[in-house]
Amino acid sequence: MITQHLPILQVIVPLLTAPLCLLVQDRRFAWGVSLAASWTAFLIAALLLDQTLEQGVISYELGGWPTPWGIEYRVDTVNAFVLLIVAAISSVVLLFAQRSVAKEILFTRIPLFYTAYMLCLAGLLGITVTGDVFNLFVFMEISALSSYTLIALSEQRRALTAAYQYLFMGTIGATFILIGIGLLYMMTGTLNMQDLSQRLPAVTGTRTVETAFAFLTVGISIKIALVPLHLWLPNAYAYAPSVVSAFIAATATKVAFYVLLRFMFTIFGVSFAFKTMPLNFIFMVLALAAMFAGSTAAIFQDNIKRLLAYSSIAQIGYMILGISFASVTGLTAAILHLFNHALMKGALFLSLGCIVYRLGMANMEQMRGLGRLMPWTMAAFVIGGLSLIGVPLTVGFISKWYLVVGALERGWWPLAVAVLVASLLALVYVWRVVEVAYFQAPSPAHAGEIREAPRSMLLPTWALIIANLYFGIDTSLTVGVASQAARQLLGVSE
Amino acid sequence: MWLAELPPFVPFYAAALLAGLTRGRIRVLILLAAPLLGGLQLLGVESGVELQTRFLGYELIPFRVDKLSLLFGYLFHIGALLAIVFSLHVRDTLQHVAGLCYAGSALGAVFAGDLITLFVFWELLAVSSVFLIWARRSERALAAGFRYLMMQIFSGVLLLAGVLLHLQQGGSLQFSYIGLDGLSGWLIFIAFGIKCAFPLLHNWLTDAYPEATPTATVFLSAMTTKVAVYALARGFPGTELLIYIGVVMTCFPIFYAVIENDLRRVLGYSMINQIGFMVCGIGIGTQLALNGALAHAFNEVIFKGLLLMSMGAVLQVTGRINGSDLGGLYKTMPKTAALCIIGAASISAFPLFSGFVSKAMIMTAVLEEGHDWAWLFLLFASAGVFHHAGIKIPYFAFFSHDRGIAATEPPANMLLAMLLAALLCVLIGSYPRLLYELLPFPVTYQAYDFSHVISQLQLLLFAALAFAWLNLQGLYPPELRAVNLDSDWSYRRLLPLTVQRLLSIGQPLDAAVRRWGAGCARSLINTLSRHHAPQGLLARNWPTGSMVLWVALLLGAYLLAYLFEVSDQ
Repeated sequence: MITQHLPILQVIVPLLTAPLCLLVQDRRFAWGVSLAASWTAFLIAALLLDQTLEQGVISYELGGWPTPWGIEYRVDTVNAFVLLIVAAISSVVLLFAQRSVAKEILFTRIPLFYTAYMLCLAGLLGITVTGDVFNLFVFMEISALSSYTLIALSEQRRALTAAYQYLFMGTIGATFILIGIGLLYMMTGTLNMQDLSQRLPAVTGTRTVETAFAFLTVGISIKIALVPLHLWLPNAYAYAPSVVSAFIAATATKVAFYVLLRFMFTIFGVSFAFKTMPLNFIFMVLALAAMFAGSTAAIFQDNIKRLLAYSSIAQIGYMILGISFASVTGLTAAILHLFNHALMKGALFLSLGCIVYRLGMANMEQMRGLGRLMPWTMAAFVIGGLSLIGVPLTVGFISKWYLVVGALERGWWPLAVAVLVASLLALVYVWRVVEVAYFQAPSPAHAGEIREAPRSMLLPTWALIIANLYFGIDTSLTVGVASQAARQLLGVSE
Repeated sequence: MWLAELPPFVPFYAAALLAGLTRGRIRVLILLAAPLLGGLQLLGVESGVELQTRFLGYELIPFRVDKLSLLFGYLFHIGALLAIVFSLHVRDTLQHVAGLCYAGSALGAVFAGDLITLFVFWELLAVSSVFLIWARRSERALAAGFRYLMMQIFSGVLLLAGVLLHLQQGGSLQFSYIGLDGLSGWLIFIAFGIKCAFPLLHNWLTDAYPEATPTATVFLSAMTTKVAVYALARGFPGTELLIYIGVVMTCFPIFYAVIENDLRRVLGYSMINQIGFMVCGIGIGTQLALNGALAHAFNEVIFKGLLLMSMGAVLQVTGRINGSDLGGLYKTMPKTAALCIIGAASISAFPLFSGFVSKAMIMTAVLEEGHDWAWLFLLFASAGVFHHAGIKIPYFAFFSHDRGIAATEPPANMLLAMLLAALLCVLIGSYPRLLYELLPFPVTYQAYDFSHVISQLQLLLFAALAFAWLNLQGLYPPELRAVNLDSDWSYRRLLPLTVQRLLSIGQPLDAAVRRWGAGCARSLINTLSRHHAPQGLLARNWPTGSMVLWVALLLGAYLLAYLFEVSDQ
């Protein structure tokens, strides 16, 4: 009975938890109820994925209104997979959150923090689950506004500027997306994705649809932080509270990437996006620029959070590169990397969260000798870093493998080489941290004072690290789902 | 039944994890349990067991048992046990954990049934072993460790490239005979060759092993090169090139070993010499030769382990390892001295000691196949082994001039490990059947017949005579006590003067090229950092206005691109 309503429950549970946190105004309660809501959402996502794998696409009519008129929630393998990773990361991050938040956020604002966090989660899940483009826009605004709040809650004053810039850029992005949706609505008279995909071919030749396509591409590119529209991201990630960095870095750009996949493949269709429009060529150039500019900038960063932020920009490049192949393998690689990158960045930002918890900040200078002072935290960081580089037995290797195979399948071997060279750049920036942490003596101010992070923070971090290793070895779930999702998006039969 | 399918690396990795979490006595128990229980478990495993799994669309065989891999499986359990007992007194989590991981990776490699699994363990072996070198925690060890790691990773990269090429050319993923036809075969061959310390690819061994801690060297000597010998025996048996490589490997280290002062480095060179015998046997590729090579690998782990343990004990107790600083220790360390002599007798292939029963097999096989001159070189090398390892090591450490070093016997666990190794040497030397039963091919060879024993004794006696004579005449190199023999120095002295002249001509050119290269690198880094450093163009904080400008530009670009693209059609 209740299983029929899972798609709406997916959104409703965190959405209703948010006002609860605000009304009760108790830190413990807010954390506990958010944690419970998030794990419930995780359970629902797992059930949904199971259902879609067994029975195919789930369509849920909101309020019983039939589809083209009412709002439809539509779950197929693609978004079930994204729902799962978002809910999973959120649940693990919340386990970690209690002590980290208590340390980094003003005492009185903690209930407010969990309120915003739940809103953000609800927004991200809503974007993913919905089958209606306007509804998607609404959820996008919910998640964006709440994430501006989350970043601004940091005690660092620079977070305010960062949040302000993010707000500015995010709003422009959302507006562009809205304009795109408006133009599509003008031409087709519908907002339902399935309906749109059927009506669009009749009007594809028109300038209006082309303009809509351009607005949507740019708008979503801002949200994904695809070079050169990535400038808001480094500061937003660097100055946000640790928990927020981990959560947003691992989920928000991934969900935006999912939106891109939805628009390109489900709504416009691959032949329009890549054959009529030269989008795959543009994407390839931007992806390469992102991979190299992001990684190179990361090498020169002193603030480790900023370093990881630039590395995220580079990793987004890999995903976009996967799309630009416009093949099943390329798309599989992109979706795999979406999942895998969430795991590695989540783990890395959480281990940084442990460091910030003890040191107050995470600059190169402070990291000296940390390998000895905080062995477990640094070991987690190193494994996460190896995964980022793409060492075998980690998830990073799996996604790069498919990316390289995808490039070779097309015969574009220079791209395969580019992927490998960019991985070497990742080796450089990860190694910089390792060298400082393991091969330099601790600064005298720290010795004796800095201890290992508390267990309640280490355990969630290591849970993600183990996931990094586990899915690097047993790829049956991730690769299976990702390739099925890729086939669904491309409309290729099994 | 499930136990039969438990890959042997699992107990070691599990023990490594547990050893990282425990202290004191519990850790000692865990350390000992890994090789003992793992060994017992392995005794129950029969040839023919196979474990299959799928990964990235490939059929992998992470665990495959046949007589060849079983032999190395037993060997590594023995080697690991000896090394663990020898290092029980050490209170260093890093060494214990790295040692167990290292042994586990070696076992994983020899039981790998396909090339991808082999590659994975090949790399794990490299990464885990470098920590054993770094565990010395000195500047020199750190640098040597990096050089070592670079060579090992390079070997892994070559292996991966070779395997991928092999697959692309339609080769099977199964790890069986590979052979030298085609580029892929060569890549894999060189990858194995680096780990096997082929001439000119050997420097990592003599560079890094003497820099490891006294206990870690014992671990290192047991596994890395033997995994490579195993890989060669499986992938390239009967490759004629290996005979020549093997002969060079047996002969050239002798000269280095004789003039080297660091006694553990002497043993490093001697290890290359011993591996040369095995490589030669693999190159000949007859059943007798392969049996001999594998048996020799088995024995070498034990007697070289014993020698390294005795030198490790000397280093541990006295803090010195150079031949010119040691001497007269037999008075204070009589037990260590006696055990060291057993190791020396084994490596020199005295009858009744283990080296004899395996080396003679290789020599006989070489003669049977008609490689007479190769036999002569091997004979010379055998005499050389006796010189530098059989006599020089015990002589300079325990006898020679008494330098009045205050020393005591090493801790009991070190003595116990040496005693175990010495017993094995004598046992195998006296009852060679024990070892022959384990070999992959049936053995009809008789080690103890009249001609073998007599000719070997003759050889040894004359070699001993030569040493004694050179020593009495004051001609033996380390007697030139004014010179501190360092590896650097020995390399330079051996290089002919002409080469140095050539170098001096080439030097300005070389310097110019280097300057140019360094200049290029510097300007590249400067450019990059100008653009990418936190204040650089591409990484600084941009005002919101310019971000928006980018949005406008990009939107315009997209619109234009679409406009032209569509109007083209």
